[in-house]
Amino acid sequence: MPGADKEADLTERIEAFLADLKRGGCGTGPIRGSGETARETTALLRKVTAQARWSSAGDLMEIIRKEGRRMTAAQPSETTVGNMVLRVLKIIREEYARSRGSSEETDQQESLHKLLTSGGLSEENFRQHFVHLKANVIEAINELLTELEGTTDNIAMQALEHIHSNEVIMTVGRSRTVEAFLKDAARKRKFHVIVAECAPFCQGHEMATNLSKASIETTVIADAAIFAVMSRVNKVIIGTQTVLANGGLRAVNGTHTVALAARHHSTPLIVCAPMFKLSPQVLYGQFLRPHGLVFALTCTILSKVNVHCPVFDYVPPELITLFISNIGGNAPSYIYRLMSELYHPEDHDL
Amino acid sequence: SGLGMFSTIICGFLSPLVVKRLPEHVQVDDPAVVKRLAKKLERQQIPLRSDYGYKVSLFSHLHQYSRKAPLTQLLSIPSTVIHPSIVRLGLQYSQGIVAGSNARSVALLHAFKQVIRDYTTPPNEELSRDLVNKLKPYISFLNQCRPLSASMGNAIKYIKKEISNIPSQCKEEEAKTKLLKCIDRYIEEKIVLAAKAISKYAIEKISDGDVILVYGCSSLVNHILCEAFEKSRKFRVIVVDSRPRLEGREALRRLVQRGISCTYVLISALSYILPEVSKVFLGAHALLANGYVMSRVGTSQIALVARTFNVPVLVCCETYKFCERVQTDSFVSNELDDPDDLMVTRKGKTQLENWQDVSSLGLLNLVYDVTPPDFVDLVITDLGMIPCTSVPVVLRVKNLDQ
Repeated sequence: MPGADKEADLTERIEAFLADLKRGGCGTGPIRGSGETARETTALLRKVTAQARWSSAGDLMEIIRKEGRRMTAAQPSETTVGNMVLRVLKIIREEYARSRGSSEETDQQESLHKLLTSGGLSEENFRQHFVHLKANVIEAINELLTELEGTTDNIAMQALEHIHSNEVIMTVGRSRTVEAFLKDAARKRKFHVIVAECAPFCQGHEMATNLSKASIETTVIADAAIFAVMSRVNKVIIGTQTVLANGGLRAVNGTHTVALAARHHSTPLIVCAPMFKLSPQVLYGQFLRPHGLVFALTCTILSKVNVHCPVFDYVPPELITLFISNIGGNAPSYIYRLMSELYHPEDHDL
Repeated sequence: SGLGMFSTIICGFLSPLVVKRLPEHVQVDDPAVVKRLAKKLERQQIPLRSDYGYKVSLFSHLHQYSRKAPLTQLLSIPSTVIHPSIVRLGLQYSQGIVAGSNARSVALLHAFKQVIRDYTTPPNEELSRDLVNKLKPYISFLNQCRPLSASMGNAIKYIKKEISNIPSQCKEEEAKTKLLKCIDRYIEEKIVLAAKAISKYAIEKISDGDVILVYGCSSLVNHILCEAFEKSRKFRVIVVDSRPRLEGREALRRLVQRGISCTYVLISALSYILPEVSKVFLGAHALLANGYVMSRVGTSQIALVARTFNVPVLVCCETYKFCERVQTDSFVSNELDDPDDLMVTRKGKTQLENWQDVSSLGLLNLVYDVTPPDFVDLVITDLGMIPCTSVPVVLRVKNLDQ
């Protein structure tokens, strides 16, 4: 039966995706970049919308939430998966509201007065059935996919507004977004890039070789030399794993040190992050979740020593000067507003 | 003449303003200076070491050597010009076998002792002048193998002074014994006893339940921690290490052998580990006259992040490492190590393997950096515990003593 085949195929694809996610968590980071993960997740959710059996928006949202919970549980550190699930849920809500004809454009958070007077108005149970809802949702998800495909290019297009000639730019580790950003600027301007290698995995080396192949003057430095060299740096441009709701970052290990050194020398810190990395989570300083990897110390005393190798760092929003995303440049204090446009507050806890 | 004496007395009252000539090893981009050095080395019959690899433009004024091409390969063995213990020492320096400020100074002094033992005054020459001239090519040779550290510079100044002060009527054997005793006393006072005095002060600062962070392998800091452990202080240590030297592993080995409980992290994990830390102990390569601390690269980073987390930073340094130079950044005077050390193989692939073939790619392996005095809370020296800004006072006191 074609229906059962399609379902089996869908379950297979989901299982394969989950397995990939789980594998990506052990050591050197995900197998694919976060952009690819976001596109894969959205494509999968589109398939789920198309093939799963549902009659009302509420059912669909339940199915998406269930799949979303499974996917985020497979790899908690890969927040783009959860972000895409939230985006799709918001799309479903919007399409439902549009089909109903009600003006859901008025943001529930817009006015405190509204919040108090409406009371428990948002008791929408999304039970009404609309014929064209499925088609509309799938079309909206397609739009989302197109947006995802163009994020890196949109960010790279803004490069010439931020980089002038003869600058010295510092970056940390490897970020595909920053690589595209710098390569785009290098087409027209000459500047110098210093890459901090980011031990122990040394992703910075790959970044440096890629940049130097594009004829950009690149220097590789050890992590220990970041502060020593910072006095000569004009700008620090970094990528990140996640942008948090308060404007802070969860970025690769060592980024906090770079941010502090940049603040000491009053060097602007620019973060290139596409919108799909924006996550409604908030972390405040103390609470860091390290992924305990034991770095292979080849010495006999390993058994008597504790070794820590955290993968991520928290960078507070005060240290960041600018966010460059596919929708333009923003200050960190504005990030919470962008969040309310992308995600619905009731979905924040999947 | 009378006038000459008069001017020296005036100078004695004012602080001695000696503007030294810039050392050669920070003027590599000046071809006149390089030529002058080449001529000097030719006169002394010492081979000139050539630079290796593409140098980052910010550091074109410094040498960059490769460890695979030590200077001794260009010498004929046995060398007629250079004493064999000096040749061995030079090789040990350039290969990194003897590393660390104190270790290098002590090794230098022992090698000089051997030189003095084997020395015979040629006829019609005075020991006080000839021996100093004999030492000059050795020092050039060692400088070519690896630029001299501040502590080594001070030690050499002391030896030269002692040799020039040998009275001319002194017999050779007597003079040699006197010099050997002087050197032994120098090592004993300035390094061994100083370490004891510093440990005594530092142990007052270590309380039970402390979590102490150390960086790399400083012989003095390791000594302090071991002494504190002997005196039954309860603390644990976090050793921070950095690529490419990974000296922290040696410190880790020494501390664990004594039974101190240790944690090991790389320098990128600093923000993660600092909330647990109660004190930071750092060693120094030299203390500059404007209060800046010159130490292994990465020290300033540790001081910066510790300051942000409000963790006290204590620097331990013997007074013989104080130097009259001033410096405000890590560029003007530094050392560039072999750039090939930065290469690493991960997942079977060495990304930077052919970095020499790519014209726009450079590798930078800095050895030292300077920490501004506002990051350092206290400097523990053998003269007591002083703030960073009191370094010129100590220098003046030492100069007056001498």
